[in-house]
Amino acid sequence: MPYALCFLLFMIGLYCAVVKKNMVKIVLGIMIMEYAVNLFLIMLGYLSGGVAPIINRADYDGQTQAIAAQFLNASVDPLPQALVLTSIVISLGSLALMISICIRTYAKYGTFDITEIRRLRG
Amino acid sequence: MALFYIYILLLFMVIAAIIAVETKDLLSAVICVGAIGFGGSLMFLFLRAPDIAITQIVVEVLGLIILIRATIARDLTFITGDREFFGTVVSVVILLVIVVAGIRVFNTMPEFGVPVFARIPETASQVYISRGLADTGATNVVTSVYLDYRAYDTLGEATVLFTAVIGATAILRSKSRKRLEESEA
Repeated sequence: MPYALCFLLFMIGLYCAVVKKNMVKIVLGIMIMEYAVNLFLIMLGYLSGGVAPIINRADYDGQTQAIAAQFLNASVDPLPQALVLTSIVISLGSLALMISICIRTYAKYGTFDITEIRRLRG
Repeated sequence: MALFYIYILLLFMVIAAIIAVETKDLLSAVICVGAIGFGGSLMFLFLRAPDIAITQIVVEVLGLIILIRATIARDLTFITGDREFFGTVVSVVILLVIVVAGIRVFNTMPEFGVPVFARIPETASQVYISRGLADTGATNVVTSVYLDYRAYDTLGEATVLFTAVIGATAILRSKSRKRLEESEA
């Protein structure tokens, strides 16, 4: 059921991005969706009772360069973690871009309301 | 016990998201989104992803600063009214259709706490864990994936970040370069 709560979080973000008419609210909705997706990907790799994918000295055999089977079976999935790391940093960049568009729009039209901006176009 | 904490934090995040969506004050909404982010960072700790937790905290602080910069000292931080009725109804119907489709997907999902790679032997994740230390010399498997096996991914990420920053500075610059030179001359 954690997946379902994560999906609920995503749907709240989508609702915010689609229905609200304030530009900053739309940006916040996109942010909420990003959190939900990142969380979902990490959850997919979670192993109940697992350990973080950091190898201890005891789990490594220097001669044969082999990892202990006990660690192999207990570690959570490292691949989604590495991909989500990329995604989090990119979300910061996209947030900066979206907010700068909001600030410029406010400076030009004096409002965050997208319906007002549409009305002022003609 | 970890599952209990995960449920509590998820409920906290959902409640914070609802408040962020429904509050009329923009600054409160921004702070609620910050609460979601820090709750997510704690979640990552419970999901055994310490690297993500650290990155999330740093990104969250920077993001909050950017968002507060956008909302503070604006006259109209209070919102009045929603969109017109017809558009809202259509959007909500489409969202409900997406919810129904999403619930059907949950039947095909693996049980929570059983990663996908546990069912299939010799996947990329298994190979990274078993050979990561010997191949790259990094005891942290996430580091070995992030900076060695998928280093081009990281390069692409840096490119995207650079492009986003260029875009933001180009948008936020108030005077064009030509006009700046004219005013100096």
